Amino acid sequence: MTTYQEFIQQNEDRDGVRFSWNLWPSSRLEATRLVVPVSCLFTPLKERPDLPPVQYEPVLCSRANCKAVLNPLCQVDFRAKVWACNFCFQRNPFPPSYAGISEVNQPAELMPQFSTIEYIVQRGPQTPLIFLYVVDTCLEEEDLQALKGSLQMSLSLLPPNALVGLITFGRMVQVHELSCEGIAKSYVFRGTKDLTSKQIQEMLGLMKPAATGPQGRPVAPQDAAAFLQPIHRVDMNLTDLLGELQRDPWPVPQGKRPLRSTGVALSVAVGLLEGTFPNTGARVMLFVGGPPTQGPGMVVGDELKIPIRSWHDIQKDNARHLKKATKFYEALGNRSAANGHSIDIYACALDQTGLLEMKCLSNLTGGHIVMGDSFNTSLFTQTFQGVFSKDHNGDFRMAFGGVLEIKTSRELKVCGAIGPCVSLNSKGPYVSENEMGIGGTNQWKMCSLTPSSTLGIYLEVVNQHNAPIPQGGRGAIQFVTQYQHSNTQKRIRVTTITRNWADAQSQIQHIESSFDQEAAAVLMARLGVFRAESEEGPDVLRWLDRQLIRLCQKFGQYNKEDPTSFRLSESLSLYPQFMFHLRRSPFLQVFNNSPDESSYYRHHFTRQDLTQSLIMIQPILYSYSFHGPPEPVLLDSSSILPDRILLMDTFFQLVIYNGETIAQWQKAGYQEMPEYQNFKQLLKAPQDDANDILETRFPMPRYINTEHGGSQARFLLSKVNPSQTHNNLYAWGQESGAPILTDDVSLQVFMDHLKKLAVSICLLCP
Amino acid sequence: MSQQGYVAAPPYSQAPPGMGGYQVGYAAGPAQPLYGHLGGAPHPFSAPAAGTHTSTKSAQVVVWNKHSFVFCFLRNIFNSSCLALPGQFGGMMPGPQAGMQGGFPGAMAGPPQKKLDPDAIPSTTQVIEDDKAKNGGQVYCTNIRGQVPPLVTTDFTVQDQGNASPRFIRCTTYTLPCTAELAKQCQVPLAAVVKPLANLPKNEAPLYAVNHGETGPIRCNRCKAYMCPYMQFIDGGRRYQCTFCNCVNEVPVFYFQHLDHMGRRVDFYERPELSLGSYEFVATLDYCKNNKPPNPPAFIFMIDVSYNNIKSGLVKLICDELKTLLEKLPREEGADCSAVKVGFVTYDKVLHFYNVKSALAQPQMMVVSDTTEMFVPLLDGFLVSYQDSKPVICNLLDQIPTMFADTAESETVFAPVIQAGVEAFKAAECSGKLFIFQSLMPTAEAPGKLKNRDDKKLVNTDKEKTLFQPQKGVYEQLCKDCVVQGCCVDLFLFPNQYLDLATMADVPSHTGGSVYKYNNFQMETDGEHFLADLRKSVQKHIGFDAIMRVRTSTGFRATDFFGAIHMNNTTDVEMAAVDCDKAVTVEFKHDDALSEESGALIQCALLYTNISGQRRLRVHNLSLNCSSQLSELYKSCETDSLINFFAKSAYRAILNQPLKNVREILVNQTAHMLACYRKNCASPSAASQLILPDAMKVFPVYMNSLMKTAPLVGSTELSTDDRAHQRLAVMAMGVEDTQLLLYPRLIPLHNMDVDSEVAPAPVRCSEERLTDSGLFLLENGHSMFLWIGQAASPDLIQGIFNLPSLAHFQGLMSTLPDVDNPLSKKVRAIIRDLQNKRPNSMKLQIVRQKDKPEMLFRQLLVEDKGLHGGASYVDFLCYVHREIRQLLT
Repeated sequence: MTTYQEFIQQNEDRDGVRFSWNLWPSSRLEATRLVVPVSCLFTPLKERPDLPPVQYEPVLCSRANCKAVLNPLCQVDFRAKVWACNFCFQRNPFPPSYAGISEVNQPAELMPQFSTIEYIVQRGPQTPLIFLYVVDTCLEEEDLQALKGSLQMSLSLLPPNALVGLITFGRMVQVHELSCEGIAKSYVFRGTKDLTSKQIQEMLGLMKPAATGPQGRPVAPQDAAAFLQPIHRVDMNLTDLLGELQRDPWPVPQGKRPLRSTGVALSVAVGLLEGTFPNTGARVMLFVGGPPTQGPGMVVGDELKIPIRSWHDIQKDNARHLKKATKFYEALGNRSAANGHSIDIYACALDQTGLLEMKCLSNLTGGHIVMGDSFNTSLFTQTFQGVFSKDHNGDFRMAFGGVLEIKTSRELKVCGAIGPCVSLNSKGPYVSENEMGIGGTNQWKMCSLTPSSTLGIYLEVVNQHNAPIPQGGRGAIQFVTQYQHSNTQKRIRVTTITRNWADAQSQIQHIESSFDQEAAAVLMARLGVFRAESEEGPDVLRWLDRQLIRLCQKFGQYNKEDPTSFRLSESLSLYPQFMFHLRRSPFLQVFNNSPDESSYYRHHFTRQDLTQSLIMIQPILYSYSFHGPPEPVLLDSSSILPDRILLMDTFFQLVIYNGETIAQWQKAGYQEMPEYQNFKQLLKAPQDDANDILETRFPMPRYINTEHGGSQARFLLSKVNPSQTHNNLYAWGQESGAPILTDDVSLQVFMDHLKKLAVSICLLCP
Repeated sequence: MSQQGYVAAPPYSQAPPGMGGYQVGYAAGPAQPLYGHLGGAPHPFSAPAAGTHTSTKSAQVVVWNKHSFVFCFLRNIFNSSCLALPGQFGGMMPGPQAGMQGGFPGAMAGPPQKKLDPDAIPSTTQVIEDDKAKNGGQVYCTNIRGQVPPLVTTDFTVQDQGNASPRFIRCTTYTLPCTAELAKQCQVPLAAVVKPLANLPKNEAPLYAVNHGETGPIRCNRCKAYMCPYMQFIDGGRRYQCTFCNCVNEVPVFYFQHLDHMGRRVDFYERPELSLGSYEFVATLDYCKNNKPPNPPAFIFMIDVSYNNIKSGLVKLICDELKTLLEKLPREEGADCSAVKVGFVTYDKVLHFYNVKSALAQPQMMVVSDTTEMFVPLLDGFLVSYQDSKPVICNLLDQIPTMFADTAESETVFAPVIQAGVEAFKAAECSGKLFIFQSLMPTAEAPGKLKNRDDKKLVNTDKEKTLFQPQKGVYEQLCKDCVVQGCCVDLFLFPNQYLDLATMADVPSHTGGSVYKYNNFQMETDGEHFLADLRKSVQKHIGFDAIMRVRTSTGFRATDFFGAIHMNNTTDVEMAAVDCDKAVTVEFKHDDALSEESGALIQCALLYTNISGQRRLRVHNLSLNCSSQLSELYKSCETDSLINFFAKSAYRAILNQPLKNVREILVNQTAHMLACYRKNCASPSAASQLILPDAMKVFPVYMNSLMKTAPLVGSTELSTDDRAHQRLAVMAMGVEDTQLLLYPRLIPLHNMDVDSEVAPAPVRCSEERLTDSGLFLLENGHSMFLWIGQAASPDLIQGIFNLPSLAHFQGLMSTLPDVDNPLSKKVRAIIRDLQNKRPNSMKLQIVRQKDKPEMLFRQLLVEDKGLHGGASYVDFLCYVHREIRQLLT
């Protein structure tokens, strides 16, 4: 028997699924006692180069409220040519095309190695992808030039048949017509007026007002031709147009912010696509260089003396525009999601740009959020290029209009999902009343997906304690993901997984060893972050602590009232440490982060896959020295040594930190001397490794090269476990590590406290 | 309309009763004003009973004396049927048939009667010729108070010696009655027609600009009158007394100058403001909006590109013309190029703005579809200097016609177009002028959408006035916005049908703009005509963001103003723009008695932004005599100004009153004025004699003509839009224009001396003056006809038209062929000369005698019976005479 480690790895590679528990407690009561819910991280479009899609339609269960897809877990009667649905036990005849089926001639979807299978289906006309650029022109000249360059470059990356459109905005919003010869034509909207989708379409001449029908004729896509053109036809035209783009010409008086009509611009973009290409894959790409300052969706007024809201203001309920703006963008995001269009936000400015208010646009539609200091940085340019990266088949790593449906065997129900999705409000037998995350449905829409988009799915065991599941019974879950591939094909990917039921009373050790602490940490973190969006920070932390304590009480081995006796088994040993770092992470701590930064971090945390999420929770630290090959070291202040170079990856930042001695050597210029070639190589090694990470990571992390005592060293110092601080430095001796000037508790203190609580307070036990 | 509602309406001319308004109570007539009576029982023109009429035979006697033109006629043309005449004036006009048949049924049907010799009644052409002979080519010095200037039709040179040139100000009378009583008695309106930016001929010096530096113009502390020749320096020149309000002011130190032995300042001749009637001050920042110097004005061309205009080729015509026209934008004397910025907008249901920044390779078009809340989508690059952006603009003008070549849009907006202009000026912080070219009634869903409310059934009813009233709402506010921003609107209309001109022209007529109208526009026949108007309109001398104030010496004051103006209060005349052809007529009323000794002073100050963006103050001063003798007043009356005032006040009155009332009032007042003269000034004579003051002897013909103009004649034959158009056009006219409009020139061309330098003398506007073999040119400042008699000699036809005979004449010819003979050259020279002189271009229409279009021509023969109703000159005179006699008894 393979270890659980291998089993988990195998499952992840094949199906893109990581469960918190790989053995499922067989009753509701037992499940709740496990503290961490039965849940999984699911990556719907996990890259599977070894999985060629099949070119036919999936076979569905004929029961109207089931419609599960034929899968390897189904019982098949090859003689009678019928199969039994493993979810509703309906017996279904095979369709005529399966007439030749037999034990030796099985279709792929029945083979166990195809627990994940992808179908290419012919449904409706294939529509090209749509890219609508929404560009802020209230930028510094330098930024605008850089942005123009990036946009022009991106045209060459787009699929040639893709439709592109351009909206620019500043004080006014301009929708550029791309088709006309000669004069460059654009439609202009006032930046202060909220318009309905119908008004927008009328004003763009896309709808004949009420002449042909009661609500006006819905427009045929060709009517929108003026604004959305195949890139191969307007490449030159658009390149010129972008080239001629000027900064917003309206004067900005002293002491004022430029008037930026982001809200109306987005409203127009959404309205345009809504009217012309509903339910078609489309990306609205918003490039902003500052906060919206007028009209609907305004985040801050144009008076410079009134700064943009901070966490402090928000907590004091002092953020004037927050609620209104958030409501506006939420409505917009929901509309966009309903039409299957995703919205990306590329916000580059030194100050905040209103991501807090606008985040839902991307969160609801699966769009990207990229935050940088300037468009004139490699962080932006490379990230932006990353959007258009291609997989091994030469297809874009993006998919559109994804709909994920989850079917469960009858002992399970779906509580909800957390990730870049919106609920489709599909009530069914699989839906639990207990909501976790975006619940109340077993279908979610993800307007835009990448191979790394990952949802946290939360389940509930509904089997009652007194109705035991027969020994050896297995529960099953089917994930059906329909989406539009970037080559415009419609595809359906079906993943069917199964796990054994286990009786928690007799098999608690088995269940314990089936615990996937990494997945559990991420899943609990997602729950925490989801709560943090609506609750006060301390409440969330308290909730997390309680869960952790309960988990330790459940699975720890200890003598009551004896903290020193506390032990955790190997499968849980890292979990408290993850929680320690999670508590300190920017996802739950807003101190030192602007509201925009918090939104940005949380946005990425709730969509990345397990590995990346773990890096975010607990950054990775590598140490480089002359003593041996690079090695991962503890994320601890004790790892900061004078003769080491450290490379820290927090997902968002990549920090290279030269220890004190190394820095002195570098200053002395030893690396230039031929006799110290090895030092040069040592310096280079972390940079090479960093480059590897930079190349693959999306979004591009901020690359920081610093040294002992450098101002940027704070990025490292704020992450490491403060095992040595000014409070305990002398007690621990001076030789190892660097003290961190903080009052935060160290992991050691945290653990001690945890142990104490776990062994003592039984009152908290259910 | 209920009587109450009517009573509430503002009285005609806003005159308090008894202050020279229209009151019937001169003689024993009813005491209440006529116009207050519409709601009640029909109030017919008080027709004398047939029996009171003396009809005896007599020869006509025409007597000239010094001041009066006396002629009397005792004749038998007043037969019984003539008694229907009063009804014709006061009541309903007879239908067109009756009018067309040529007048009085009695005169036609009865046995041949001895007709009144038309030559015997006062002739306008004669009066004009006499004045020409007397004053033509002379120098007119303005050094005498209350001096009556030559007629507007006379060419003379003005030398400013302390009073404003008559080109700037003309008065109805140059001698004011000393008391309100007298004014009320004579009923002669006291008014001045001010054309503040009038063009001066080349041989007259342009106005001096006085610059007093940072202190600005010197003004009286109390009444704020500007320094002028009438100010009395006293106390050795240290102080001066304001002659307007008698306040004594200190002379500023920098302005001090010693007085000579005459009590005149030593620098009298060095300072225009001390020696001249008209001059300008350079305004300081205090006179500018927001205390900031204004930006140069801008012209925005706004072209309707809906189906009609594209199809007719108009859009292309405009675009082609602009390319050359923009080279000739008006500029300051001596400037290299014009400071005026230009911008372009095209529109149908939506507006297209163009970015024509010089840095661009191609113009950019910006579409604004949000017509409910108009805004300007761009700042930089919309209003540009033509010189800088010439290639881009030419590129744009080339592209516009092709860009919309396939348009099928048949609806347009209008109010948002003007709004866009206002917003553009607001954004650019300048004033300027919009040139709007529109062919349709704005029916698209947007603010200012109009609907067809033309209803011929209203003609000749109490509700007829609604046809002239603009629709309320959007346009009212727009007028205000325009005036505040200094946005003048010139509207060029190319209608094929009714387009509610009364409403569409509301903004132009309150912002100092003009409305041009080309019915059923056709490229071949109207193209040149329209372009000529456009050129004139663009190149005109014009001032923007103007505010005018008329100050008077104590005893009287300006009470009412007529023109293309906007009034926010009772004293400040606001004009978004004022050009060289726009005149404001100002009515004066007495406050107190005036003294014969000190006379009366008028100072008219206009603050405006000139074409290069400088703020200027133009001051016109005029001193008038005062007299307690009515004869003095009648002696210094000026008919042309009087009729200008009457035309404007009547045209304003028809907004509020039935036409019938207005016509009655006009006739009554005419009769009153003349009767008062007869009673007080003329030497006793037989009652049957009609005695007219010399200065007013042709007044009746003008008055009659005025009453026959389209707005005042209630005929369903006339288009409502045309009537509204004429009404508004007249409101802004100066004295020359109304004179010409009401008494067109009829010039015989068939027997002129082709070698002579001058054009032949016009003949009287009557059919009788036409000869079958003749060729006549008729013009009234708006239309021009070339009339060819049936029996015109083939030589004449060949010579001018290059056609063998009249029969070969086809279609509508709008220009004369270039034929190389002295006659043709002379005729074309005359036409060209007239076209140049008039503010508007006139479309030349060639009509043959007895052809259908001759009707249009005959309408302008104002001494004849009107085609759509209205009496002939002779009949009117008889009627007025009867009225006078009625009043005298």
